[in-house]
Amino acid sequence: MAMSLPISIRSVTKRYGAFAALDDIGLEIASGEFITLLGPSGSGKTTLLMVLAGFIRPDSGEVRFGDRDVSLTPPHKRDVGMVFQNYALFPHMSVAGNLAYPLKLRGAGKSAIAERVNRALDMVQLQGLGERQVDQLSGGQKQRVALARAIIFEPRILLMDEPLSALDKKLREQMQIEVRHLHQRLGMTTVYVTHDQREALTMSDRIAVIDRGRFKQIGRPRDIYERPDSRFIAEFIGESSFLPVTVRDGAAWIGERPLKLARVPPGAAGGHLLVLRPEKLQILAAGAADGLNRLDGEVKEVVYQGESSLLYVALAGGQQVAIRQPATSAAPAVPDIGQPIRLGLAPSDTIIVPADAAP
Amino acid sequence: MTTDAAPAIAHRPAGDEALNAGRYKTARRLEELALGGLALPALLLIGLIALAPNLWLCWLSFYGPNGFTLAYYERLLHPNYMLTLKTTFELSFLVTGICMALGYPLAYLIAQSSQRMASLLLLLVMFPVWTSLLVRCYAWLVLLQRRGLINTWLGDAGIIETPLRLVHNFTGTTIGMVHIMLPFMVLPLYAAMRAISPDYMRAAANLGASPIKAFWQVFVPLSLPGLVAGVIIVFVLCLGFYVTPALLGGGRVMMWSMQIERTVTYHSDWGAASALGVVLLVMTLLILWLVGRLVGFERIMGSR
Repeated sequence: MAMSLPISIRSVTKRYGAFAALDDIGLEIASGEFITLLGPSGSGKTTLLMVLAGFIRPDSGEVRFGDRDVSLTPPHKRDVGMVFQNYALFPHMSVAGNLAYPLKLRGAGKSAIAERVNRALDMVQLQGLGERQVDQLSGGQKQRVALARAIIFEPRILLMDEPLSALDKKLREQMQIEVRHLHQRLGMTTVYVTHDQREALTMSDRIAVIDRGRFKQIGRPRDIYERPDSRFIAEFIGESSFLPVTVRDGAAWIGERPLKLARVPPGAAGGHLLVLRPEKLQILAAGAADGLNRLDGEVKEVVYQGESSLLYVALAGGQQVAIRQPATSAAPAVPDIGQPIRLGLAPSDTIIVPADAAP
Repeated sequence: MTTDAAPAIAHRPAGDEALNAGRYKTARRLEELALGGLALPALLLIGLIALAPNLWLCWLSFYGPNGFTLAYYERLLHPNYMLTLKTTFELSFLVTGICMALGYPLAYLIAQSSQRMASLLLLLVMFPVWTSLLVRCYAWLVLLQRRGLINTWLGDAGIIETPLRLVHNFTGTTIGMVHIMLPFMVLPLYAAMRAISPDYMRAAANLGASPIKAFWQVFVPLSLPGLVAGVIIVFVLCLGFYVTPALLGGGRVMMWSMQIERTVTYHSDWGAASALGVVLLVMTLLILWLVGRLVGFERIMGSR
């Protein structure tokens, strides 16, 4: 990975009046890593990206690209590629003109520019569109040109600010895979900002979940999804129902019944919650269920969604939980509304989080 | 809930007219008529006030005591008229150029300011437009004349010994006209600059352009429609300007419009005055057409 640089963010703070957009934030990004900054709007994720690009100067802290301290480096000397949310393609230049612009600024020769522009157009599958004007392109094509322009000068760091948010769902999913492949091929360190948790799970090596200017959890997509360490994460990423549980001496009880756990639950002063993901719950035949945690209730509603059905179940304690039942013929039949139902949850899927205040 | 019969997706009896097609067509026609009807008063007004007098002017300029004639136009080749034409263009070019040089940085400052500050600055720019043209010209007279404020100050400060000739000449006319024309340059420029997303400048910087390069290579081209609009407005207004040159020129600066006035009031020669008017109109249209060819009308009229 000679084409990439590690990024080091150390206690970066940015305030707007009393509001802390970034609150003493730190993050080490490995060379060649694809990291996603995920958070709700106003969480500070875009601010952090702007700090990396050099458009926003933090109040304090340090940013390093490799062993180069870029804290005070102006944006045009940072040599990082960036894809803007609205693409920011220059409307007074053709597609080829846009792609050639960073090369011209770097003093490349005419023939070298032409060759690299063609290669970049190939790479994003826009062969032959070089002479088009920017406003003649579709949204997907603009997206590709913006991507090509950000990487044509071979930056070792690539920043992307919700680049796919303007595309429709199908195109967005296709571009997610394409961007991922491009990253694997070129290997530059990539910082990707999104508020779309599914996009973050699909694309990233690591996800840094940010909320109110602070990181809530940083980890691989699977860890973030399977092992959320707070109610915020469990709620923000994927769907979850929560049940209050009591934790004593490294074990957890739901009411008077002990839960089978794969891990020791975290200690927390303010009580604990059991996280129930709809697809982790299964419908059990009456009497079965050895080795699983059991929850009994009554079916309240069944929503057919094509590839699966969503069941809403009122538990004996009154709380409502959701279960996703895949539409395979092997799956047990979906019970009718009003029928009693027994749900099972594997110990390894039994996640306990501190009951911190709802965001 | 049986599926034995294929569901009727499209129902249309063969040979019949498509369902309701005629009624939709009538409704659409009526809407178009209503729209046209609403615009009719304005269209009539334009025809009556703008088009008809101009055509009449044109006709007058070709119609002498003995019927059709080109005599009025032949007279325009006289050196006196040519000199007036030269002065008119010189002054218009100069004033437009100065307005551009002064207006661009000012519009840039306003466009970069916060919304509050921008409103305040725009108010200051617009303020002169709301006071009488005549008042402003006389005010300049007071400021610029031989024993006016400026000469007195400069003299008292010991910077000059003899008063500068600031008015009743080309200089005074230029100063007065620039002052009056500046808002017409700043407003379209400001509108165009405000519409430029700051992301373009960020993108340019991100791609490696220094602030100066980003300004010249990205900002200026994107503000061009506003600049062209401002230049056209100012230049065309200058070509036909009368009050300021008449007051501040002191009779030494002869503009085309003053020539028209003189022809009418001193010589009562409506034919000749009409010919002068037609020439001014044709020159203005020619310039608009040229600029349109060079820059493209859609870029000036409707910004993207």
